[in-house]
Parts: sequence; C-alpha cells; structure tokens
Amino acid sequence: MGRRATPEVNAGSMADIAFLLLIFFLVTTTIEKDKGIARQLPPIEPPTETPPLIKEKNLFIVNVNKDDQLLVEDNLMELKDLRQAAIDFLDNGGAPSGSPEYCNYCKGARNPSSSDNPDKAVISVQNDRLTSYEMYIAVQNELVAAYNFLRDRESQRLYGWKFTEVNKAINEGSFKGNEDAAKEKLEAIQKLFPLKLS
Amino acid sequence: MSKFKKKKSGELPAISTASLPDIVFMLLFFFMVVTVLRDTNLLVQNQLPKADQVEKLKKDRAVYIYAGKPSSRYQDVFGTEGRIQIGDKYTSIDNIGLALEEARRKLLPELQDKVYVALKVDGETNTGLVSDIKQVLRERNLLKIIYITTPGNQLNN
Repeated sequence: MGRRATPEVNAGSMADIAFLLLIFFLVTTTIEKDKGIARQLPPIEPPTETPPLIKEKNLFIVNVNKDDQLLVEDNLMELKDLRQAAIDFLDNGGAPSGSPEYCNYCKGARNPSSSDNPDKAVISVQNDRLTSYEMYIAVQNELVAAYNFLRDRESQRLYGWKFTEVNKAINEGSFKGNEDAAKEKLEAIQKLFPLKLS
Repeated sequence: MSKFKKKKSGELPAISTASLPDIVFMLLFFFMVVTVLRDTNLLVQNQLPKADQVEKLKKDRAVYIYAGKPSSRYQDVFGTEGRIQIGDKYTSIDNIGLALEEARRKLLPELQDKVYVALKVDGETNTGLVSDIKQVLRERNLLKIIYITTPGNQLNN
C-alpha cells in the first residue's frame, strides 16, 4: 500500500474564527467601574456625652420632605438653586475682621447673621423616611459640588491648579510630579473648607 | 550608470497578511483576560441615581449591599416592598451585620480594616431603608460608605 502524505490542514480561516471570538468578547465585556459619593458615618457616641453646641447662624438646614420638596433655611427652594445657596453660606465669612474667627480668604457677603467662617459652618441634611433615594443623592451631590467649587477656587488661587483634578490624578496614580508635596497641599485646602455635612 | 535603475518595476508589493491571525489572537487574549463575569446575581431592581461629584471605589476593599424593589420575576413571591440583598440572597435588616461580616472575611486580610461598604441602591427606594442600613453600619463600626451612582446629573435629565 502506498503511504499517502497527510494533507495539510488549511489555516486560512483561522483569522475568521479568531475575529468571531474577539467580537464576542468585545461585545460582552463591560469594564465595570464603580464610582460614587463617599461618606464617613459618625460613630455612635456614648449617651452621656453632651453634643457640642452649634450656633444657629452656623447651621444650614436642608430639609427634604416625602414629596421630594426642599426646605432650605425655612424657605422652599428648587434643587438647582441649592448649590449656590450652599456656596453662599459656606463662603460667607461673617465674623468681624480682627476677631480670631475672621476668614481672610472668604469672598462671600460677610453677612453677620450667616456663618462665621467655613470651619464653623455645618450643613445638616434632614430627610423623611419616604424621601426617594434619588432625591437624597441629588441633594448630597449638590452639596459636595458646593464644597468642590470652593476648594477648586482656593487651590487655583494658592497653587494654580484645581483641587478636584489633582485629587483625581493622585487617586488614579497618574499624577506627575511630587506626590507628597501635592498631598500636603490638598490637606491644606481641605482644612480651609472642611467637609462638615451630616 | 543605468545599473541602478534596472530593478524599477511599476507595481507596489502586496502587504503580507500572514501575521493578522497573531494580532487578532493577541487582542482576543487581552479581552478574555480583562473580562469579568458578574459574580452576583441581582435579585433587586437596580437603577442607580445620577451624580457627578464622584470618587472612584477601590474594588479590592469593597463589600456590596444592594437594595431596591425585588426584580419583576420575583415580585409575585416577595412583593414590591424595598429589600436588601447581600451576596446572592435577600437579607433582613437584622441580619445585615452577620452577612457583611461574612463578606468581609473574603477580602484580603490586610485590607479588612479598610473596608468600604458600597451601597448600590435603586433610585426609587425610600430613604428610610438606607437610614436603617446606615444605623446598622454605625453599630457595627463600619463607617466608610460610598453611595454608588451612575454618571450624569439629576438636574438636567
């Protein structure tokens, strides 16, 4: 019997098969990236401790009712106006010049009946149990936006870059330059406008 | 002198496509490696609210809590009241602590103290449910939370 040579397998369609698989994986891949609003919850304090006193003028109360309506400092408000109202409150700097609480970087109205300085200013969000979560997040988002706006403004003035951009770059590991020095500067900015939100 | 001009022929040489399969396979392997199939099976509706002032979540230190109405195919059994899901099953509010503890043990030991609780809550849920979850987290001393959102803004949708 004559031995026949095994015929060569045609590999010409290999690329087609590989393309098919490639397209399948391309379509099914969802590179999941979870992003969100981070919060630190207050620890449960022992009941004997008396809560610190906060002056009424340093408190910015945002109330959300069960129909998702906003009551800010006893006035009805639309969601779109909340950010500006929060900025005005935080940036007010109402303490008189010369006093130890005077805020020399505030650019607000310096209304003595609003907050003394950003360090004293506290924003309090109160919500009903039936408030929708969507609205709750929207309110939190606007308030964080107010803080970010002010922090960006100060870092722009002091260092020439934006707080949120540099913070993001460091978190993603794509920051070019001296990271420790930048982190220190970020902390300094955070101290100017500490996030006091509850 | 005419020596150098001899080889000139008008046609362009054909580009070899022999390495095309290799290139395609390389891409294929890349996508096969990065593809992560979902590890949890969603039992609740999960239309996340929109926000734009967000931070990234470091996945290696996250424990997930899902909440919302039961998905449509489970609604005739479990009703339409908001429910909490951890791992692959519904959890009642009293059992969150234990379920979280279980999920936390699956993380790397050196990251267990830096754990973030990622709340994936449906936009239509009542905030009361979220407040209950937060209260339990405070009691458990899991204080770092992150509300997972989708990009966008509630104002201009």
